[in-house]
Amino acid sequence: MQSSNMINYDYSVAKLFTIATIVFGIVGMTIGVLIAFQMAYPELNNLAGEYGTFGRLRPLHTDTVIFGFILSGVWATWYYIGQRVLKVSMAESPFLMILGKLHFWLYILGVVAVVVTLFMGITTSKEYAEFEWPIDIAIVIVWVIWGMSIFGLIGIRREKTLYISVWYYIATFLGVAMLYLFNNMEVPTYLVTGLGDWWHSVSMYAGTNDAMVQWWYGHNAVAFVFTVPIIAMIYYFLPKESGQPIFSYKLSLLSFWGLMFVYLWAGGHHLLYSTVPDWVQTMGSIFSVVLILPSWGSAINMLLTMKGEWQQLKENPLIKFMVLASTFYMFSTLEGPIQAIKSVNALAHFTDWIPGHVHDGTLGWVGFMIIAALLHMAPRMYKREIYSKKLLELQFWLQTTGIVLYFSSMWIAGITQGMMWRATDQYGNLAYSFIDTVTVLHPYYTIRGVGGLFYLVGFFMFAYNFYKTMTASKVIGEEPQSTSPMAA
Amino acid sequence: MEMETIRELQAYGYAFASVFFALILYGYVYHLYTSKKKGGTDYEKYSNMALNDGLDDTPIEKIEPLQEEKQMRSNK
Ligand code: HEM
Repeated sequence: MQSSNMINYDYSVAKLFTIATIVFGIVGMTIGVLIAFQMAYPELNNLAGEYGTFGRLRPLHTDTVIFGFILSGVWATWYYIGQRVLKVSMAESPFLMILGKLHFWLYILGVVAVVVTLFMGITTSKEYAEFEWPIDIAIVIVWVIWGMSIFGLIGIRREKTLYISVWYYIATFLGVAMLYLFNNMEVPTYLVTGLGDWWHSVSMYAGTNDAMVQWWYGHNAVAFVFTVPIIAMIYYFLPKESGQPIFSYKLSLLSFWGLMFVYLWAGGHHLLYSTVPDWVQTMGSIFSVVLILPSWGSAINMLLTMKGEWQQLKENPLIKFMVLASTFYMFSTLEGPIQAIKSVNALAHFTDWIPGHVHDGTLGWVGFMIIAALLHMAPRMYKREIYSKKLLELQFWLQTTGIVLYFSSMWIAGITQGMMWRATDQYGNLAYSFIDTVTVLHPYYTIRGVGGLFYLVGFFMFAYNFYKTMTASKVIGEEPQSTSPMAA
Repeated sequence: MEMETIRELQAYGYAFASVFFALILYGYVYHLYTSKKKGGTDYEKYSNMALNDGLDDTPIEKIEPLQEEKQMRSNK
């Protein structure tokens, strides 16, 4: 190509988002470990007055890891993968460069606003949608800018067909846009009635309808933030790092459409045995079970991509992270449908089994995939080899142990809790009071805290390794075709 | 409308939707797996987009940039 001899891929925006991913990961996970220990040792609620209580910190944890850590990771990888599979550099369009930087800085402003308001206790009280209306508007603007970036880059591409990862990024963009808009339809009370603070709002939906819209959103936040863009990453990084083409590109397309169709109907499983219509609950259960198919379609496709190349699992820690990520993905997408069966959910709902399930997915699947992705990008972005393979191996085992401690303790805690809540004596009186369950669960909360701490320490090791890679590692001459170079 | 009628309509709708979506699904699978044989798209070649993704690698299916764009790009 005559033009491209002088141009290179431009990673300046990807680098910005990479740093943000690591910083928000540290903040979000540190808060997570703190609130885990608060469950075990309630005195820890009193460290910083109202600002240090579980109630204030829990949404800060969830929102920082989801919208800080994960979304930054999604964008870091988009601004990396997008150029490469479309074979066009952002440097070829000054407009896209400006847009990318605007995207980053407006997003950072939005995050600051979120952190400040949540600490102050300003919230709409809708899970994963706690931000008040002025921030919602800012988020919509950031999102539109990202959309312009995606379609702008696609507009000037050299590669005609869009690689499967690009489909997944587009789906993330469209899915979240639709969900976010509908779930955050809200009435600013001051502007409409003159009552309340200027930033205060109430949902436009009431009662059961609000619950249904909320969980249509909440469940699909799982779909379009925890699943779809992470699949986009693994479909690029695993083949690229291992040098193996995707086992079956056709299967990747089929799973894509399957996932898109099925996910949107499954949200009802968050509202089983509640006031929503019975058919909505049944539909939620059934679609949840069907959801195993497209989920495992992608995951198995990834594992089979390693066919005949399994020695790489031993030699390359990045492959380890990715193979384990897709294994944890299979695990969560088997566990989820089981929990969505009505009779199982009657036991599991409101118990610690649910956060157990959540963290298989988020720590094992999402976290590991983002870590592997950033490490794969590092030698290509900074032209240096990865600083330490040993440290990476250690991190892998520490974090894996942390995840196992986390979910195993939460399974036991959750099922114990569910059984104790429903146990009755021969006259039909409840056998236990709430505090009985708390006493029994105490050791498991401690184990969960320790598991979380392992993962957090591993993340600090990752951050250190990454920082050293950026600044002090050996410079490499040529971009590696597949396996990322790393110093022992 | 009577509850009875609503239930009946639901049942017809449900039966229709099940058959309809099953047909679309299997139709798509059939298309994917026979397309190459029929001289259509070979989907597997797209895997190489991730493996050969340098700016100088040849695209799997190239887009010809418009004439003036080409001019602009080569002037850089
Ligand atoms: C086939 C796929 C999946 C199904 C059918 C499924 C199903 C479920 C069910 C039934 C619940 C519990 C609802 C309740 O009783 O409160 C739940 C909660 C949750 N799941 Fe999954 N799950 C799946 C995959 C995943 C994955 C891969 C992740 C993350 C990466 C994830 C993250 C979550 C989260 C964050 C919650 C907690 C929601 C809350 O705040 O209550 N799920 N899921």
